[in-house]
Amino acid sequence: MPDLLLEFLSEEIPARMQARAAEDLRKLVTDRLVAEGLTYDGASAFATPRRLALTVHGLPAKQSDIKEEKKGPRVGAPDNAIAGFLKAAGLKSISEAKVQPDKRGDFYIAVIDRPGRDAIDVIKDVLHATIATFPWPKSMRWGARSAKPGALSWVRPLHSIVATFGPETEEPAVVPLDIDGIKGGDETRGHRFMAPMPFKVRRFNDYVEKLEKANVVLDPARRANIILTDAKNLAFAQGYELVEDDGLLAEVAGLVEWPVTLMGTFDQAFLSIPGEVIRATIRNNQKCFVLRDPQTAKLVNKFILVANEEATDGGKAIVAGNERVIRARLSDAKFFYETDLKTRLEDRLPKFEQIVFHEKLGTQAERIARIAALAVQIAPSVKAKAVQAERAAALCKADLLTEVVGEFPDLQGLMGRYYAEAQGEDEAVAHAIEDHYKPKGPDDLVPGDPVAIAVALADKVDTLVGFWAINEKPTGSKDPYALRRAALGIIRIVTENELRLPLRALLWRHFGAVARDEALASAITMLHPLNEQIAKISASDIELAVKLEVLVSEKAKQVAKPLLVQAHTYLQQTHDLITFFADRLKVQLREKGARHDLVDAVFSLSGQDDLLMIVRRVEALGKFLDSDDGKNLLAGYKRATNIIRIEEKKDKREYTGAPDAKRYQLPEEKALAEAIDVAKKDASAAVGKEDFAAAMRAMAKLRPRVDAFFDKVTVNVDDMALRENRLKLLNEIREATRAVADFSKIEG
Amino acid sequence: MAEARLRASDNAHQGNLDPSRSFQGLILALQQYWANLGCVLLQPYDMEVGAGTFHPATTLRALGPKPWNAAYVQPSRRPKDGRYGENPNRLQHYYQFQVILKPSPPDIQDLYLNSLKAIGIDPKIHDIRFVEDDWESPTLGAWGLGWECWCDGMEVSQFTYFQQVAGFECAPVAGELTYGLERLAMYVQGVDNVFDLNFNGRTDEKKVTYGQVFLQAEQEYSRHNFEFSDTAMLFEQFKMAEAACQKYLAAGWANGKKERHLMALPAYDQCIKASHVFNLLDARGVISVTERQSYILRVRELAKACGEAWLATEGGGAG
Repeated sequence: MPDLLLEFLSEEIPARMQARAAEDLRKLVTDRLVAEGLTYDGASAFATPRRLALTVHGLPAKQSDIKEEKKGPRVGAPDNAIAGFLKAAGLKSISEAKVQPDKRGDFYIAVIDRPGRDAIDVIKDVLHATIATFPWPKSMRWGARSAKPGALSWVRPLHSIVATFGPETEEPAVVPLDIDGIKGGDETRGHRFMAPMPFKVRRFNDYVEKLEKANVVLDPARRANIILTDAKNLAFAQGYELVEDDGLLAEVAGLVEWPVTLMGTFDQAFLSIPGEVIRATIRNNQKCFVLRDPQTAKLVNKFILVANEEATDGGKAIVAGNERVIRARLSDAKFFYETDLKTRLEDRLPKFEQIVFHEKLGTQAERIARIAALAVQIAPSVKAKAVQAERAAALCKADLLTEVVGEFPDLQGLMGRYYAEAQGEDEAVAHAIEDHYKPKGPDDLVPGDPVAIAVALADKVDTLVGFWAINEKPTGSKDPYALRRAALGIIRIVTENELRLPLRALLWRHFGAVARDEALASAITMLHPLNEQIAKISASDIELAVKLEVLVSEKAKQVAKPLLVQAHTYLQQTHDLITFFADRLKVQLREKGARHDLVDAVFSLSGQDDLLMIVRRVEALGKFLDSDDGKNLLAGYKRATNIIRIEEKKDKREYTGAPDAKRYQLPEEKALAEAIDVAKKDASAAVGKEDFAAAMRAMAKLRPRVDAFFDKVTVNVDDMALRENRLKLLNEIREATRAVADFSKIEG
Repeated sequence: MAEARLRASDNAHQGNLDPSRSFQGLILALQQYWANLGCVLLQPYDMEVGAGTFHPATTLRALGPKPWNAAYVQPSRRPKDGRYGENPNRLQHYYQFQVILKPSPPDIQDLYLNSLKAIGIDPKIHDIRFVEDDWESPTLGAWGLGWECWCDGMEVSQFTYFQQVAGFECAPVAGELTYGLERLAMYVQGVDNVFDLNFNGRTDEKKVTYGQVFLQAEQEYSRHNFEFSDTAMLFEQFKMAEAACQKYLAAGWANGKKERHLMALPAYDQCIKASHVFNLLDARGVISVTERQSYILRVRELAKACGEAWLATEGGGAG
């Protein structure tokens, strides 16, 4: 079976695009080949800084032949119909057609043989189509050809193409490509400096071998492996340890065809700079690795660089050059760091008054003030000292104005901590400054220190409420302000630290703060106890203001009408935002293996805004439903609600409200009614104590009475009053279960 | 300064034009190299610009179908980058060596690498790397793809294939090479402070350093750029340059039809002027973040209109 070898030799492909491009090439070419009926045994793609290569092996030499039957007109049809048929079927005369009878008479049938095309011709077409539309993230035109419209575009100028096809036993053929003047061939070149002469290749095996001889390691994984092994060995030989860095390793492997690992040194004096700054300097700017002392875990004054060639002087000039650049970079970093230390963090704050955070959300200074006020507000509920929370919040963004963070934005927070420590801030304050950005992603730790928790929550709540208030919510895959991450961060901080933090009051009030309206914020605080009633009033209600006024008249006569209306709007937005939290929580619990329907069952109970309680309830509910009691109670619940639903539909009325105890006729009715009363009471007492397992157990006691009721009691009796009473009793089951969850949301 | 007077015999002084020992030797070697390849060797544009790209020999000549190969040194001013001569790597005035090749030749990378050899950087000893760096100039309405060229971890040049300039597609595409001359010279001379560069290559008492030539200027201009430049005047100058540019552009269309333009170059001078004045204002910190964007847009509008006008001139390929 023949194999296909492809190589696109170009000028340097950005490291970050290589892996994706190799995968795209493999997928696009093989998908198209399969669509053309050319199936294959295997395919792999590779990338180096200058080439994209693909091998597809075990392809057929030809497509299969296809026999196709085309039905024509009836025998004896008019001449023009016959002529049309001959033309369409490609026949010379009607005698070439078969005649086949069917129910309606005799018809002409043309049997057309479609011989399979040679694979090489199909491959040619497939490659033309693939190259013309190759999905580079950014591509360009070049050279004289770029003057013409429709010129080839590629990630960087494309120089040559290897395209050979043939079985292992024979000299392969060259696929006759012509891509905007670049012809398919069987010649490539090696390393730009070490082996620039062209050479011929036949198929994948000799291609890889010859490339290695010409100082090119084709497989990026192998290059990364060589770098990692050599770097570790170099470090080990001198008693150091490599600080491993997968992102950097992948990038460096994409910058070299022939990795040569070398070690350089920098002045000890630079070790006075924080290790993270040294690493960022050496990593981000120079793409070199840093080393540490395995005993102390502290950085040492060495670095590992990866050159792209074996230099004729053994790498002396390369090491010396890199050392000089790193020296200059570290002097800059040291200068930045020392300059930063000269200004106290609080002295930087006035500058935030000039910096716009977001056009509609005011300046950074305003944002910081909001975060500080919020952190103070949150502090007692997370057992943080309010003074510390306020101080940490006030300073938490100050490092954004430092030179080091200007240079290395990734170090935000961390540098704030260093500078706070240096100026003698309390340890809790310093740590809160660093940790308030956390968790930065799903794998990041959440802050655990009370002050850090208060500031981290305040920062995230302000972000969420702010962008919610100006209607910049995430849509689909677009989430430019990382609001999903902020919500998930809050969820993780609250649940992993087991915090009690009812969200509604917090969010609702903060809408007022974001609106820069203190009167509104305090009005909301006053209105909060009425939130359930206020939420029930529809926004389209033209009498809204009046109704609100009536509602709150007892509570707060001094709240002006427009404020009430605004507060009402914000309450609706708050509920919208809580739904957003619910969605994030669902995603998070689902990832942990919890059932999403259970999350729904808990969230649809009214007034659920305490994340920790929701999670606990979901856990208890999950365990309960795994038990036989839980399963049977759910079955009983479903049976009861099914009956009610059917009857309600039939009668076009609802069966709600308390049943009449005097109408119970059978002992099972009475027993169920009593059991429901007990279960309701016990369950709500348990919920009051936040013992959800006990609440579930209380519910479980209903189970034998429900079963007995269905065994002995007929609901649909002729006595309409009795029937109504029994339906209402069934409804009581539905009502009772709502003490723990909305069972109607539970699936199965 | 009597002994500093040049004598003919000095011309024979060993090594004073060696690019690895003399700043001017480096410039001469690059000029020699690119001139040998047929580039038009231009002199610096006689206006203040932020980069060699602003020279009309690049910005305008990159537009239109006509082939164009040129090389030149361009003094570049970045008022914000001044450090009063106290930073060993940062200057508010420095030299760029600029090469523009249109259409970009197929062997342009090799031509570039050979130019490094010409100044003593042998790629068999030094690690030369092409590291992704996409170029965009918001003020010129221009972008291109290319690399930073690294020598042993040091960025020594920018390499760009212009895709669009002044909002117009480049057809054909030009290749632009920009060498940061001071950086390159520091590298080949092995000095860590720009002011220590040997300017004239002499090692005797006639040695002149970069510091002797430019340190005072760095100090004075930093003072000017950050503290004393007359911002009221500059705001006025920006408006005047903008208005003049628009005026010349409007007046330049022959017979009032938008077919042929007769004053693209003078109009473009005013665009350059506006851009530099904006940089001065920016260095003084008198332009807020939001205003900044609108100033950049205003310069871009001028650049685009100049590009349009240029395409209607003979140099721009109009019939």
